[in-house]
Amino acid sequence: MASDWPLLSLVTFLPLAGVIFILFVRGDEATVARNSRYIALWTSMAAFLLSLPLWIGFDPTTAEFQFVEKVAWIPGANINYHMGLDGISLFFVLLSTLLTPICILSSWDAVKTRVREYMIAFLVLETMMVGMFCALDMLVFYIFFEGVLIPMFIIIGVWGGARRVYAAFKFFLYTLLGSVLMLVAMLSMYFTADTTDVPTLMAFKFAADIQPWLWLAFFASFAVKVPMWPVHTWLPDAHVEAPTAGSVILAGVLLKMGGYGFLRFSIPMFPEATDMFAPLVFTLSVVAVIYTSLVALAQEDLKKLIAYSSVAHMGFVTIGMFTMNEQGVQGSIFQMLSHGIVSGALFLCVGVIYDRMHTREIAAYGGLVNRMPRYALVFMIFTMASVGLPATSGFVGEFLVLMGAFEVSTWLAAFAATGVILGAAYMLYVYRRIIFGVLDKENLKSITDLSPREIAIFAPLVILVFWMGIYPASFLDMMAVSVDNLIANYNVALLESGVTVANR
Amino acid sequence: MDPTLVPAMASATPEIFLAAAGMALLMLGVFRKEDATGLVSWLAIASFIVAGVLVLTHGGPTDTPTFFGMFVTSQFAQFAKILILMGSALSIILSNDYMRREQAQRFEYPVLIVYATVGMMMMVSADDLIALYIGLELQSLALYVVASIRRDTLRSTEAGLKYFVLGALSSGMLLYGCSLIYGFAGTTDFAGLAGVFTTLENETVPVGLVFGLVFLISGLAFKVSAVPFHMWTPDVYEGAPTPVTALFAIAPKVAAICLFLRVMVGPFGELIDQWQQVIVVISILSMGLGAFAALVQTNIKRLMAYSSIGHMGYALVGVAAGNEAGASGVLIYLTVYLFMNVGTFACILAMRQQGRAVEGINDLAGLSKSHPMMAVALLVFMFSMAGIPPLAGFFGKWFVFLAAIDAGLYTLAILGVMASVVSAFYYLRIVKIMYFDEAVEPLDSAVPGDLRVVMYVATAVTLLFFLMPSPVVEVADAAAAALMGG
Repeated sequence: MASDWPLLSLVTFLPLAGVIFILFVRGDEATVARNSRYIALWTSMAAFLLSLPLWIGFDPTTAEFQFVEKVAWIPGANINYHMGLDGISLFFVLLSTLLTPICILSSWDAVKTRVREYMIAFLVLETMMVGMFCALDMLVFYIFFEGVLIPMFIIIGVWGGARRVYAAFKFFLYTLLGSVLMLVAMLSMYFTADTTDVPTLMAFKFAADIQPWLWLAFFASFAVKVPMWPVHTWLPDAHVEAPTAGSVILAGVLLKMGGYGFLRFSIPMFPEATDMFAPLVFTLSVVAVIYTSLVALAQEDLKKLIAYSSVAHMGFVTIGMFTMNEQGVQGSIFQMLSHGIVSGALFLCVGVIYDRMHTREIAAYGGLVNRMPRYALVFMIFTMASVGLPATSGFVGEFLVLMGAFEVSTWLAAFAATGVILGAAYMLYVYRRIIFGVLDKENLKSITDLSPREIAIFAPLVILVFWMGIYPASFLDMMAVSVDNLIANYNVALLESGVTVANR
Repeated sequence: MDPTLVPAMASATPEIFLAAAGMALLMLGVFRKEDATGLVSWLAIASFIVAGVLVLTHGGPTDTPTFFGMFVTSQFAQFAKILILMGSALSIILSNDYMRREQAQRFEYPVLIVYATVGMMMMVSADDLIALYIGLELQSLALYVVASIRRDTLRSTEAGLKYFVLGALSSGMLLYGCSLIYGFAGTTDFAGLAGVFTTLENETVPVGLVFGLVFLISGLAFKVSAVPFHMWTPDVYEGAPTPVTALFAIAPKVAAICLFLRVMVGPFGELIDQWQQVIVVISILSMGLGAFAALVQTNIKRLMAYSSIGHMGYALVGVAAGNEAGASGVLIYLTVYLFMNVGTFACILAMRQQGRAVEGINDLAGLSKSHPMMAVALLVFMFSMAGIPPLAGFFGKWFVFLAAIDAGLYTLAILGVMASVVSAFYYLRIVKIMYFDEAVEPLDSAVPGDLRVVMYVATAVTLLFFLMPSPVVEVADAAAAALMGG
C-alpha cells in the first residue's frame, strides 16, 4: 500500500460516496430498497477492507500520529483539516468500520419502510464516527462528534419503537447540552493557545487555575456520552426505542466516543485537573457499576437490561482510564473494544428474537434452547463474554482494569469487583429465563433458529471475542507505546506542577 | 457653482443607480397598460444584480468618504451591501409565485423593495448620525407600506399599522438619542464623535451622553427586534403576507445589525464600557426569549419570528464583543443566516393544501413522504439553525462565540450556548413532525420552479458551507479589519 495515499480520508468519506450512489437509485419501491441495501453493504464492506491496511501498516513502536493528513482549511483562523491515528484511536476506527456492515446486514429484513433513507443515515453515521476517531483538530473533531447526532436522531425517531419520539429528543438534547459546554471550553482553549491542533494542544500547558473549568466542560460532554451515572438516563430510553442496528451502533461506537474523548482531550491536556478530579470519576464510576447492575437485575425488558449493563461496563472503563497506570489505561481501552463487540452482539441477539416475536419482554420467552440450539450457543458465548469469563474478551479488559484499580486503592478495586459479581448475576439470570426451562408458550413453538444471514452476522463477532480473549497481545501491543507515552507525559506534567505521584 | 462644493459621487454609484432604477420601474409600472408586476419584478432583480456589480467595482480596500463626510464606502459596507442586495433579490423571487396565486400582484411591491434597499445601503454606508437617520427612515417607510401591501385583507393592514406605529416610536427614540448625543458631543459626524470620545479618556462620560447612547441603542434594538423591543415582530411576521415576512426576516435585519455594529464599534468604540453591558443584556434576553417563546408556537411564521429574535441575539453576541473578531463573526453569522432563512421561507411558501396557503406547523406532518426533497431541505435548515455541525449555522455560532470568549464574555457565551440547546428543541420539533408523524392531509405536490431553485441553492450552501468556509471567513475578516481600522 502506497503510504502517500490519504487512507484515513478515504475510509472516512467512502461511505458518503455510497450515499451519493443511493441517491441516484431509481425505480419502484422494492427495487430502490433492494439496491440501497446492496449499495450500503458493499460500501461499508469496502470501507472495512480499506481500514485493514491501517492495522497492517501501523507502526506499534512509536507514539507519534501515523497516516497523518494535514490540509489548510480555514487558513485565516489557523484551522486545518488534520487527521491521524495513534495506538489509542486505531482500534476504534476498525470497530466502527466493522460494526457498520454488520448493522446493515442485521437490518436487511427488519427494516421495511424507507430503506433508502435508513441506509443513507447509516452511511453518514459511519463517516461521522470514523472521522471523529481520526480527527486531530479540535474543530474537525467537534464537527464529527456533534454531526453524529443528526443521523442518530433520525434513526431512533423514524425506525424506533413506540416511545421513539421521546427517546430521540432526550438523546439529542442531553448530548447537545453536554457538547455545547465543551464547545465553549474549546473556544476558550483556542483563544488561549491560538490553535485548534490537537498535538500542539497536548504539548501546551494550560494554566492551573483554568484547567479545572476546562476539564469540567469537557467532562459535561464526555460523561453524558459515556454515559456516567447520574447522566446516564438517556441511554436506556434511547437503546430501548432504537431499532436493533441503532442500538448496536449506540452501544458499540457512540459510547466509546466519550471514553476516547477523555483519553484524547481531558487527560493529556489537563493533567493537573485530571489528577484533581480522579476521585470524583472513581466515585461516580463505582456508583454506576454497583447501582446500574442492581437496576439491571430488576429489568423486565431485555433491551433495557443490556442497556443498563452497558452503563455498568462503561463504569469499568472510566475507572481504568483514570487510574493512569499502564494496566488500567490499556484495560480500559481493551474493555471499550470488547464492550463494543459484546454488547453490540447482545443487542443483535435481542434483535434476532425481537424480529421473530416482536416483544422484548423477558417473561414472553423461555425454553428457547429446545427450538433454537444455535441461537442458545451464540447467546451463551456473548453472555459469558459480558460476564468476563476467562478466554473471552471481557475477562482481559476487566482483569486489567481491576489490576490498575488495585494499584490506586484497594477499596476501589473491591467495589469494582462487586460489579463483576453482580454482572454475572443478572446476565446468568436473564440467560436462564430466556433460554432454559420448558418451552410452554404457544407462540414460541414455531420459532425458527438462526438463518444463514444471521450466522454470517455473528460469526465474525464470535471469532473476535475469542481472539481478544485468548491472544490479547495482538491488540494490546499496538496500543502499548501510545499508552505509555500518555502516562509518561501525564506524570511529567504532574511533577512539573509540584504534585508528586506518590501522594495521589 | 463652486466646483469644490460638488461632492465626488462615484463611490455612491450603486445607490444612485438603484434609486434611478426604482424611478424608472415606477414609470414603467404606471404607463404599461396591462399588469406589469412580473416584468417589474424581474427588472428589479436585474437592477439588484447590476447594483451588486457596481458595489464590487466602486470602493476599494480603503475608506472613501464623500458627500462632506456623510457617506463612506468601505470593505465592511461592501460586504453588508452584497448581503442586502442578495436578500432583497431573493425576497422578490420568493414573492412572485405567491403574489400571482393570491391575486395580489402590484407593481409597487418590487419598486418599494428597491427603495427599501436603497435605504438599507444608505444605512450601512452612513458616516453621520443624520445620514444614518435618513437611510433608516427611507427603509422603514418603504417597509411600512410593504407590510400592508394586501390592503384588502385585515391581517395585512393590521400588521402594517402595528409596524408603523411602533416603528415610528422607535425612530423617535433614535432621533431623541441622536439629539442628546449631538448636544453633549457637539457633532453628528462619526469621525468627529470618535475624536471627542478619545479625548474624554480620563474624564467621566457625561450622563446625558450615556442617556443618548441608550436611546440610540433602543432605537436600533427595535429595528433588529431584540428583546425588550421585539413585541412587534411576532404579530407583524404572522400578519404580513408570507413573502413580506421573508423579506422582513432577511435584508432589513442584515442591514440593521450591520448598522448596529458600525455605530457601536465605530464612533462609540471608545465608550465600550458604557454600552457593552447593555448589548450583553439585550443579547442574552433575545437568545433566551427566542428560545423559550418559540417552544409553544403552532404557526410557523410566528415560530420564525421568535427564531429570528433568537438569531439576532446571537448576532448581537458578536456586536457585544466589540472587537475585530466580533465584527467578522457577525458578518459570517449574517451570511449564513441569510441563506438559512431564504431557504426556510422558500419551504414555507411552498406549503399549500389544495391551492390554499397554510401556516400551521402541523401541516408539515408526513412531509418526508410526500415531498422527500423539500423535507430534506427543511431538515438541513432546521439543524443548521439549531447550530449542529457540519451545517453552516454552526460556523456562524462558532465565530460569534469565539469573539465573545476573546472579549472575556464567558457568561454571555455559556448562556448563549445553553439557549441554543433550548432552541434546538423546537427546530427538532419541526423535523419530528416532518419525519416521524403521519400526514393528516398532505401538502400539494406541485412546488413552483423558482421556489424549488431557491430552496435547493440555499440547501446546497447550508449543507456544503463546511467544504469551503475560508473565502467567506477571509472576506469577513478583511471587512472587519476595515471597520475597526477606519
